[in-house]
Amino acid sequence: MELQGDHNVVRLSEVTKVFRMGNNRVEALKGINFAIKAGEYLSIMGPSGSGKSTLFNMIGALDKPTTGRVFIDEVDVAQLDAYELAWLRCRKIGYIFQTFNLIMVMTAIENVTLPMIFAGMNRDEYMEKGMELLRLVGLAERFQHKPPELSGGQQQRVAVARALANSPAIILADEPTGNLDLTTGEEIITLLKHLSTERGVTIISATHDIKMLNVSDRIVWIRDGRIDRVEERRDLKISVGEVG
Amino acid sequence: MSQSVERQVVLPFAQVVRISFNSMRVRLARSLITTASLALAIAFVAYIWSGYAILNSVWPHIDSSVQEDILSSGYEMTDGHFGSSPKDRWLAILSLIVCVVGIVNAQLMAVTERFREIGTFKCLGALNSFVVRIFVLEGIYQGIFGGLIGSILGILVATLTITLKLGWSAIVFWPALKMLLTIAEALFLAALLSLLGVMYPALVAARMEPAVALRAEA
Repeated sequence: MELQGDHNVVRLSEVTKVFRMGNNRVEALKGINFAIKAGEYLSIMGPSGSGKSTLFNMIGALDKPTTGRVFIDEVDVAQLDAYELAWLRCRKIGYIFQTFNLIMVMTAIENVTLPMIFAGMNRDEYMEKGMELLRLVGLAERFQHKPPELSGGQQQRVAVARALANSPAIILADEPTGNLDLTTGEEIITLLKHLSTERGVTIISATHDIKMLNVSDRIVWIRDGRIDRVEERRDLKISVGEVG
Repeated sequence: MSQSVERQVVLPFAQVVRISFNSMRVRLARSLITTASLALAIAFVAYIWSGYAILNSVWPHIDSSVQEDILSSGYEMTDGHFGSSPKDRWLAILSLIVCVVGIVNAQLMAVTERFREIGTFKCLGALNSFVVRIFVLEGIYQGIFGGLIGSILGILVATLTITLKLGWSAIVFWPALKMLLTIAEALFLAALLSLLGVMYPALVAARMEPAVALRAEA
């Protein structure tokens, strides 16, 4: 891996993941070695079924690898106890999902403040920060709305605000534009890029949205559970046509 | 940037109570359905139990012709008491089984359909204990509320049917103390069974890796 002296915010070493379904054994990841530098905007590309989402779950400490190690800030995730793991998911990483995964029965502001409640903040603090984050994503006036009363794009923006709640060092986005139309997808991408350049947040995004490539520093292509190739943006020769 | 990993704080209990209460309030319709199944199951048990209690209490004070009537309508007396013949005991056990299955099933369903929510909670930094506490509290609220409604309903129906058969003497010699005891027993039973139904899926879900809980079919 070509490192440039920055510290690795995420490092994977010989990570494999095997799913067992009845008598079937599916190797979703077949030995991934990879390092992600702090402040990078990284896209993980690949066809569906290539292991993208599985890799995403490994990087985000949302699932355990079958073999191999995952380091976040050079700490081996497997060595962490439940409290440390919860702290890591709460403070260090912000998650954005294709299906938004907002709590349907909670309002926008309740969804955004939830990670801060888990972090032990007091009410005044988390309400203020929550409103500030909703303003950032342009939804301040809809803070009392529940997800079913919001459009897909708005729901995803709430999810982005929620991911930022505890000012994480890493934002992990699993196909964040997958359920959105072109324009709203672009809005989300712009927002993520803005976070990466303005706040130095590491953005890691699994995607098959070509628009994502334009803003990524590096693109990792996954194929059949392995890293197929890694491309720096400056080497990319794909030009994205004007679609939509 | 800090390199170390700290330990997540455990939320104060008052905060957990607030969240669990809100969580029930906002899905009132769904949680009323769960509570209703609890209440109906408990109503059946309370009906059987209180029916015998009323009969036993009223029996010495009614005419022998009415007593004949009761016996000929199918009630069986053993050692001067109702509710202790093998048939009656079977009926009580049967009502209990219906109650266990009804409540446990209702709670299993209610928790299982929230696996994704549990997965989301865990992604956002919830501890396993938080997840379990939320569901245990909700189970207890529903158990107590459903138990109260159910036992009152059961006792009301039992009183009504026996009054229709025996006339006002059923009300005059109504065993109030025994009824209170029935309500207390039914409440305890409802809370216990509701907890039993909630605990298993909540424990399973709390221990799941977040990615697995999120994948679960909602």
